[in-house]
Amino acid sequence: MKALFLSLALIMATPAAHAVTPDEILPDPALEQRARAISAELRCMVCQNQSIDDSNAELAKDLRIIVRERLKAGDTDAQVLDFVVARYGEFVLLKPRLEAKTILLWGFPLMALLLGGGYLFLSMRRKSTAQALPLSDEERRKLTALMADEDQRNI
Amino acid sequence: MTPEIGQFALALALALVLVQSVLPIIGAWRHDPRMMAVAAPAALAVFALIALAFAMLVHAYVVSDFSVLNVIENSHSQKPLLYKITGVWGNHEGSMLLWVLILTFFSALVALFGNNLPPALKANVLSVQGWIATAFLLFITATSNPFTRIAPAPMEGRDLNPILQDIGLAVHPPLLYLGYVGFSVCFSFAVAALIEGRIDAAWARWVRPWTLVAWMFLTGGIAMGSYWAYYELGWGGWWFWDPVENASFMPWLAGTALLHSALVMEKRSALKIWTVLLALITFSLSLLGTFLVRSGVLTSVHTFATDPGRGLFILAILTLFIGGSLALFAFRAQSLASGGLFQPISREGALVFNNLFLTTATATVLIGTLYPLLLEALTGDKISVGAPFFNMTFGPLMIPLLAAVPFGPLLAWKRGDLLGVAQRLMTAFALALLATGFVLYRTSGREVLAAFGIGLAVWVMLGSLTDLALKSGIGKVPAGTAFGRLIGLPRSVFGTALAHFGLGVTLLGIVGVTTFGTEQVVAMKPGDTLPVASYRLRYDGITPATGPNYTEEQGRFTLLDSAAKPVDSIIAARRFYPARRMPTTEAGIVTHGVDQFYISLGDGLDHDGIVVRVWWKPFVTLIWLGALAMMAGGFVSLLDRRLRVGAPAKRKIARTEAAA
Repeated sequence: MKALFLSLALIMATPAAHAVTPDEILPDPALEQRARAISAELRCMVCQNQSIDDSNAELAKDLRIIVRERLKAGDTDAQVLDFVVARYGEFVLLKPRLEAKTILLWGFPLMALLLGGGYLFLSMRRKSTAQALPLSDEERRKLTALMADEDQRNI
Repeated sequence: MTPEIGQFALALALALVLVQSVLPIIGAWRHDPRMMAVAAPAALAVFALIALAFAMLVHAYVVSDFSVLNVIENSHSQKPLLYKITGVWGNHEGSMLLWVLILTFFSALVALFGNNLPPALKANVLSVQGWIATAFLLFITATSNPFTRIAPAPMEGRDLNPILQDIGLAVHPPLLYLGYVGFSVCFSFAVAALIEGRIDAAWARWVRPWTLVAWMFLTGGIAMGSYWAYYELGWGGWWFWDPVENASFMPWLAGTALLHSALVMEKRSALKIWTVLLALITFSLSLLGTFLVRSGVLTSVHTFATDPGRGLFILAILTLFIGGSLALFAFRAQSLASGGLFQPISREGALVFNNLFLTTATATVLIGTLYPLLLEALTGDKISVGAPFFNMTFGPLMIPLLAAVPFGPLLAWKRGDLLGVAQRLMTAFALALLATGFVLYRTSGREVLAAFGIGLAVWVMLGSLTDLALKSGIGKVPAGTAFGRLIGLPRSVFGTALAHFGLGVTLLGIVGVTTFGTEQVVAMKPGDTLPVASYRLRYDGITPATGPNYTEEQGRFTLLDSAAKPVDSIIAARRFYPARRMPTTEAGIVTHGVDQFYISLGDGLDHDGIVVRVWWKPFVTLIWLGALAMMAGGFVSLLDRRLRVGAPAKRKIARTEAAA
């Protein structure tokens, strides 16, 4: 247990500045770019909210190397992600997959926008239909008085 | 002795704040002016006592009084004086005391400058401020006493986390708290209005300056925090969608919405219920942020203090205030009469559009931040929601909002002419299109998204300038007249234009650095050079150096221009703090115009070669310059005579009304 704490402390303590090291970088720039893009979507499991691309933890380095090995073996991006998820679970994905348990997460922004927009649209229409009813003479007289009052007060 | 004075001051403040919480509101209820009059002096005295307690804690830090537990844990006698002082709030107990200090500071400001408020409203507002202060003072005295002493006192302290030993700690938390906690005034005004069941345009006028002040500080606090993370962490990133960043970003988004809806309420008596709700939500999000950061419920890069007992206490405060205020809202909101009608295409309509997108964005950040916690609590499934999620959801929400920004200030109240406004914005639109075309041409059509983003930024910037040009008649009337009119425009018009302009500048910085920035990871030996943008970077070697409480290895670099002439020298360092046995990196950064070179050292390969990460970050400083412009916009707007604190509420000036 003590060893675990110590190793955790060491991971936290090492400066975070040099995640990808030169020896990891793939010679093929296109492949390397894909590896970087995938790395940015994978969480460093022992860190605090860092992607493996940003982290210098040993585990992150191992994962980066695995990603690059899979890419070299000819995997597609999706296959690489599947491979990592199969080993480490969904927690490793910084962008959760669209599934039953995340439908609320992914659907929420659009839902909120549509509900809010819909409500506004309806209330606007209700107000404008209410306005569309013709005014009685009495109402018209009151309105004129009110408008004059507002003009005076310069609202 | 001095820590005891602090302790006594805290206890006395708690007793007095109970008086402030209870007497004025009973006075308002029973129309008893004497009881209402207790509010202001009580608020001032509570502030003075908290300030005294805070000063005593600062004193303990400055003299390195290692009989105080908090000082032992976070200070060191060799630490530079500045970091001794900033270390006061670089930890849980001290930062909570700062939180309450700022809360009572705002109460004192209301007490001092609220003379034009109706006495009942002022009494109620100060009582509600008192409730919040009571809750947090109880929290401090019960779970987070900064003055706890131990005997025997050790000879030396454990030093402050080296990452925090930076000028950023002097600026970021106080600014952030001034923003966070500043929204408490809006909250108190809203609760007071709900208690009285009466609200009018004057209420919005009183609330707006407080919203502006809080918003300004929060803008500065977030921008400062972003720049601090950027240069201190050495990852070259400036925003990580970290839960703690989100915690400060949500009140900002909601506060921005509040700023705009309060405008509608002030001018047109519309959106009353919504504005009150937003005021409640904004401070609730501040409280939520305090809970997320202080409870340790999120284990993220920012969480330095963790203790579940404290977490539960803050959760109780959170539930009480958010639940209580929303329940009050549900009971009383119907009694607030709804106001003026307006067409969808109008200034009000544009501000409603702004509110729709800003609140949706707030909700999106909220659900992304809390979803993993809730899912794990409910089902036990662990998922992560990180930067890619927020970029995919938050980003698209901002596009329609930004595209609409130039229209808002140009539309008329009640009923606007969209076509007419569009015609007046033709120049800005044409230039934005030109910018898009230029980027497409220069990148041979590869960077479509970036071209679009830069076009959008130019559109927002020029759109806000168009507003100024139209209102002063530049191009229509002789230059002298136009200049005269420009000077004569209300400050709030300048404020709006400046803040919107700043928004465009920030966007330009974000798109620019994201698209055109480069990153290289290489091993270098002394004398090696590396091409970066149109320059070459030469590594000169490494030299050891010693600071007051650390040792470091400085990597020295020279930047050469295309003619191999040295233009700059850059030092990037690896530091080691012996007190905490903790290494850090100090990035080497030089600024050229609005662009930056950013160098971060890795571990040495061997004694003469090092691993270097070199970033070229074009336009990056615009991100924070834009935020400064937004802050300045808020400040200028605050100088508007209509908002000047203490200005008579009833008197309106025709000129400002017509132009605003």
